[in-house]
Amino acid sequence: MVFSARLFLRCVLVVLALWLALPVLTVLFSWGQWNSVSASILAEMASTVLPDYVGTSLLLCALVSLGVISMGTVSAAAVTLFDFPMRRSLEWALLLPLAMPAYVVAYAYTDYLQFSGPLQTNIRVAFGLEGRVFPEVRNVWGAACVFTLALYPYVYLLARTALSERANHLMEAARLLGAPLSRRIFQVALPLARPAIAAGTALALMETLADFGVSSYFGIQTFTAGIYKAWLVMDNRIAAAQLATVLLIVVVALLATEQRAQSRLRFSSARVDRHGNESQPMKLRGVSAAVVWTLCVLPVLCGFVLPVLFMFRALLQGDAAVDLPWDRFMQWSLTSLSLGGMTALLAVGAALLLAAQARLHPNWLTRQAMGVVSLGYAVPGAVIVVGLLLPVGWVQATWPQSGVGFWLTATVLGLVWAYLVRFVAVALQSVQSGYARVPASLDDSARMLGTSGLSLVRRVHWPLLKKPLAAATLLVLVDVMKELPATLVLRPFNTDTLAVMAYQLARDERLGEAALPSLALVLVGLLPVILLSRTLRRS
Amino acid sequence: MRRTLTVLSIAASAISAALFSSSVWADEQVINLYSARHYPTDEALYNDFTKATGIKINRVDSDDAGIIARLKAEGSASPADVILLVDAARLWKGEVDGMFLPVKSKTLETAIPAQLRSKATDDGTAWFGLSTRARVVVYDKLKVKREDVDTYEELADPKNKGKLCIRSGSHPYNLSLFGAMTEHLGPAATEAWLKGMVDNMARSPKGGDTDQIKAVASGECGIAVTNTYYLARLMRSTNPADKAVAERVGVVFPNQQSWGTHVNVAGGAVARYSKNPANAVKFLEYLVSPEAQNHFANGNNEWPVVKGLKLDNPALKAMTGGNFKSELVPISAVGMNQIKVQQMLDRVGFK
Repeated sequence: MVFSARLFLRCVLVVLALWLALPVLTVLFSWGQWNSVSASILAEMASTVLPDYVGTSLLLCALVSLGVISMGTVSAAAVTLFDFPMRRSLEWALLLPLAMPAYVVAYAYTDYLQFSGPLQTNIRVAFGLEGRVFPEVRNVWGAACVFTLALYPYVYLLARTALSERANHLMEAARLLGAPLSRRIFQVALPLARPAIAAGTALALMETLADFGVSSYFGIQTFTAGIYKAWLVMDNRIAAAQLATVLLIVVVALLATEQRAQSRLRFSSARVDRHGNESQPMKLRGVSAAVVWTLCVLPVLCGFVLPVLFMFRALLQGDAAVDLPWDRFMQWSLTSLSLGGMTALLAVGAALLLAAQARLHPNWLTRQAMGVVSLGYAVPGAVIVVGLLLPVGWVQATWPQSGVGFWLTATVLGLVWAYLVRFVAVALQSVQSGYARVPASLDDSARMLGTSGLSLVRRVHWPLLKKPLAAATLLVLVDVMKELPATLVLRPFNTDTLAVMAYQLARDERLGEAALPSLALVLVGLLPVILLSRTLRRS
Repeated sequence: MRRTLTVLSIAASAISAALFSSSVWADEQVINLYSARHYPTDEALYNDFTKATGIKINRVDSDDAGIIARLKAEGSASPADVILLVDAARLWKGEVDGMFLPVKSKTLETAIPAQLRSKATDDGTAWFGLSTRARVVVYDKLKVKREDVDTYEELADPKNKGKLCIRSGSHPYNLSLFGAMTEHLGPAATEAWLKGMVDNMARSPKGGDTDQIKAVASGECGIAVTNTYYLARLMRSTNPADKAVAERVGVVFPNQQSWGTHVNVAGGAVARYSKNPANAVKFLEYLVSPEAQNHFANGNNEWPVVKGLKLDNPALKAMTGGNFKSELVPISAVGMNQIKVQQMLDRVGFK
């Protein structure tokens, strides 16, 4: 009886993992469909633009790593190690940029800073200047800045958690042993946070690689741009999928780094120091307080406050703001929220199932399942769409009566599937880190008292996992609401979302009108960010 | 646990509601529309059709590529009845890939000039052009002489060095323009022309057409290439900043002395597996009615395909001063050139 239940669960696990991995696997198997047309397209691209794309992507990744590491680490270290005016507020305000989709930040800055934007125009008028007075924003460097501002919270979030758990206590010990401040920071605090910083950077880089919105708007030629070109312009999905495998390999490498880092994190956080609260962060005064304060205010200002103000300006100046259909606007928000909510619940359910299996039966099968499911997060949304539509089209063509194609796009099934493929990984991260904090000894005690399997999960794990599960739900909700490429192609009839509308209006070059759905997206995204920071503070 | 169950049941009912609320399932008169037109003003157009016929419109807006990918996957199960695309080459591609159901309609055939619809076969016509937009040159009236930019060829002339602004070459609007140029000049000369444009660029391609116009108005570049409706929208804007932009730039319809200005087509077709082709044709026929054609002209500043309509769009009138000569290149040729053009762009470093 017990055996068959376990077998059943194992089957569920395998089916779930395969189902979530199908689009990614399709992309991998595209090499099996090697033909001369796609080969010649790839060869032509390789001899002309591909080296450039790879170079640009590498440069972008290097700059973004540099940016998120410095911005995320400095701010995390500042709010955990020191005490200065407004520290409490900044602690959560530093998370605000998480609510901003990177493409919205890009629109906002370009509109304001470009040659024909208000800043440069006014400066030219005021000082009677000619020509460019501010460097061009829309290039690799500008994109790196946008990604840094939008993505540093990943590093900040993880580094802060790592530091706040142990750093103060150890810093105190080091101080008593006579180590100067610089040595305490560089030899005690930072090494402690290193795995967290690596994990956060990996997440930021995966987002950067998967991005299309910012790079297409800035006209920078990244590797993802090459995938889109092969797919859309050359009309060759096989070549596109083959290019995407290269991206996948990079991502697997990143994930491996990230998981190694995470496992070390788990190790350190499993031994939470209960006396850590006794030591207090160092009080700063005068110049040093001002410097640290500035370092923490800048990311919030540039990553959140300024873009929001720029959007408001565009909104108020645009002449069409009055024409906006407010009732439909409510509908877009509702659609966004319900799609997000639905996916979030399903994703967290799947993540809990996977994580519980990994906890109860840590074997080869569960490890592989987790690995495969994690891949989806880093794959560009449009590649997932191709990977999902290719096999569906094949099934549809083979069994025309099945109506698979219809079920997938005329209902929300296909869209939610694509969301799950991308975002179960996000939920899994959160649930796993939650599990890492539940000592294994609790499982052993429960087993000795005669509780095991599902009832162990329900009676012991569930109550202890509520917070990480809540965090996971919120993260997935925000991510789904910001998602664009899959939503654009797979949504059923008459279901426009805030992200889709913001994109459509921006694509039609109506930035003023795009500002409203964008702002609403930020507003709705704020909710989970605030809840998340509250959850984290209490834990 | 009971709370969990409540949450789960709410989720389940939300999902089923989302699944079944869609009126795809209802028995009323509907047509299912896949549209690459992304203009908010089109809303009125659809509402008027529903008012006139009682047929409800279910709609998904996406981009051309997304729509085609979706249709391919749905195959014979596709719920789509009507497909609207905004680029001639994509319309041609849809026809070649067998995505459209050829139909016969006297109304459509008489209303739309032959070069703006696909070639009719015995089964009928695969797609119909519904509106057109010209790809024109705007220039800085203070710094650039009109006669230096009144042909597409001159965009690549060394005399215009450092002045040109244009959006990404891979954008469908540019691919179609370059594909048509390949028909006029031949591949080798076109590649040289593209190279000349790259050498003349004031900045590497970025942003949309509106951005290029604004860049000219602000003095960043002297010449830009744009679709007419973006310029018309600025001209008709009530925002003083937009008006100032429109006043600073001049517009040229290139090649009036030779083959004419490049014109792109936005059009529609009946989906191959439409369950409701009669209503689909009814909708397409509605789109060439005087009211709908006027809407294209006034709502979105496009040119109607139906000849002899009185055009009361002040911006379009001001631009052309009446009429202009448009090129006559078979759309199939433009479509077939697309991959070739992209590879030329890659070779000459046109981003």
